Amino acid sequence: MSKKVPFALFCAGLTVILAFPILGLNLEHKGTSLVVTGADNWTLIGVLVAALIVFVTQLLKSQIKATYQAVKPNFGGLIQRLPGEDKRKLISKLVLIALIIAALVLPFFTSRQWPDIATLVLIYVILGLGLNVVVGLAGLLDLGYVAFYAVGAYSYALLSQYFGWSFWACLPIGTLLAATFGLLLGFPVLRLRGDYLAIVTLGFGEIIRILLNNFTSITGGPNGIGNIPKPSLPFIQFEPNFEIVWLEFGRRATDGGVPFHKFFDLPYDSSLKVIVLYLIALALAVITILIIQRLIRMPVGRAWEALREDEIACRSLGLNRTAIKLSAFTIGASFAGFAGSLFAARQGFINPESFIFWESVIILAIVVLGGMGSQIGVMIAAAIVVLLQELTAEFDEYRLLAFGAIMVLMMIWKPQGLLPMKRPHIKLKQE
Amino acid sequence: MLNLKNIHTHYGKIEALHGVSLNVAQGEIVSLIGANGAGKTTLLMTICGDPIASEGSIEFLGEPINEKSTSEIMRSGISIVPEGRRIFPGLTVEENLQMGGFFMSKEDYQKGTEHVFSLFPRLKERINQRGGTMSGGEQQMLAIARAMMSTPKLLLLDEPSLGLAPIIINQIFDIIAQLRDEGVTIFLVEQNANQALRLADRGYVLENGLLVMEDSGDNLLANDDVRKAYLGG
Ligand SMILES: Nc1ncnc2c1ncn2[C@@H]1O[C@H](COP(=O)(O)OP(=O)(O)OP(=O)(O)O)[C@@H](O)[C@H]1O
Ligand SMILES: [Mg+2]
Repeated sequence: MSKKVPFALFCAGLTVILAFPILGLNLEHKGTSLVVTGADNWTLIGVLVAALIVFVTQLLKSQIKATYQAVKPNFGGLIQRLPGEDKRKLISKLVLIALIIAALVLPFFTSRQWPDIATLVLIYVILGLGLNVVVGLAGLLDLGYVAFYAVGAYSYALLSQYFGWSFWACLPIGTLLAATFGLLLGFPVLRLRGDYLAIVTLGFGEIIRILLNNFTSITGGPNGIGNIPKPSLPFIQFEPNFEIVWLEFGRRATDGGVPFHKFFDLPYDSSLKVIVLYLIALALAVITILIIQRLIRMPVGRAWEALREDEIACRSLGLNRTAIKLSAFTIGASFAGFAGSLFAARQGFINPESFIFWESVIILAIVVLGGMGSQIGVMIAAAIVVLLQELTAEFDEYRLLAFGAIMVLMMIWKPQGLLPMKRPHIKLKQE
Repeated sequence: MLNLKNIHTHYGKIEALHGVSLNVAQGEIVSLIGANGAGKTTLLMTICGDPIASEGSIEFLGEPINEKSTSEIMRSGISIVPEGRRIFPGLTVEENLQMGGFFMSKEDYQKGTEHVFSLFPRLKERINQRGGTMSGGEQQMLAIARAMMSTPKLLLLDEPSLGLAPIIINQIFDIIAQLRDEGVTIFLVEQNANQALRLADRGYVLENGLLVMEDSGDNLLANDDVRKAYLGG
């Protein structure tokens, strides 16, 4: 017990220190003393309470664990009795249903800022899951993933600007285009191993960004492309005559459709377009999850993992390594394109600044934080990382610090990631 | 069934095999023994097309295979249990087997698993265990089972007894004999010359990239030079 006091104190201190950049507090000199600015008393009390909670939990960690262990078997006799595999399936199904319901209902009860951030979270969920295929499952370190994201975003932005194509037409195009880029890049570079692959993909990411920056005549260069329309939704109308009406959710129709509020004769509500975009993002994220889950269960998903584990063994089984790597790389890239189109729609404006190397790092951090290969872990990590980014947006200089601190702490406490990939697992029988 | 003529294999500029010719007939167990670095693994891998022989020809079932890719060769009815087992440690037993039966139809895969589980009932008990958490003997069984998933006509084994206790080695060799009885032709590379030659119909001795002897297993066991070099006197 006594040994734990210094450690608990250390943790509490860390909490306080971390609170400063995260909550935007500042220490300033006033005369001879240091004064905390940027916070009212309640914030300070909150920080202290948080520190206290951390202190107490760290101090009593083993007791809490013991209590939890004692209580755990009573959580529901039924669930306990199911065989391991079924239990896992049931629990994950219940969790998934609860999550989806919450995700569908919540945005209508919050301020419009939240669906907007949630949309961004979902975009990063798609990105994280896509990169997870490449890095987490196939074990190919791709540091230029953002390039495919840019391809998706710019393909929507350009096609809508020059040809007036709608989001729904551009989404598959952006996805396929990103996949094509993945395939083209994959062919030459997938012979490379580990570090070399990382460097080449990093270079590729930069090339795409620089191209976008310099193709001023087409891409607008650093000025980017604006007025990218938000997606519209089809509505099937039976009266007065049967037709499909494309509803838009902005004040004025920009994409050749009809504004939602005019069509239904409602007062204009500016938060609606944010919520609709969020719901579309949710649908796309769910589609991504389902597709990738499916892929992982298929032989090709198994092959990705096998390749990560032992290339030589794969070779000795007659598997074509290049084809397997290429499939992982291409599929990963296509989801980046998918997310990119969505991103362009959310922002309404894109320029090469959105696709810098830092962005690749963030997505990689999501995969690593989430636990390589684990899907739920990646989703949680996407939420954490995006929220952290949003919360620390105002004081840019602390952002990297907070990020670094969290990464280091994670690696100490949970080196495998938040939710390391689990497989059905039985213990060795005692012999 | 398998016919090697004057095989030379290079690693860069170094020649590891200096013209090896051998043949394995249908239904045989043929053992290849040799000291460390003699080129045994190189020979097996050359048959698999990785590395590719720089000179000579390899025929399998009457067809030249030295121009084919590894993946084609493995699909033409050859399987290898590579040196050091090389199972996938993070994948479960079942998933390891799936990788062995990667190109098979569902029914064939089903039949394959039934077959290997009848050979190795232990694996069935541990179907959901990660490969890496199994004992050395179990891993070797898994490696053989994985190779057998594609129902090969010719099975190449590279030192299956490596690092195993005598009793487990006996089990493994029993399984190899059983496979032969089921009609699988076997080409076995071993350091454990005694057991490998006793099991074998015929044997070859490889020294520094050249075959120096060929005879029946029993004759090689009785040969003085072989006894001195590989059987400890
Ligand atoms: N990938 C490689 N690159 C370069 N040289 C190699 C390579 N693999 C093997 N060699 C060389 O080829 C020769 C034969 O090696 P090989 O692995 O075939 O021997 P071995 O008979 O299987 O030995 P052991 O009984 O120790 O497994 C050795 O001199 C080795 O150094
Ligand atoms: Mg060897």
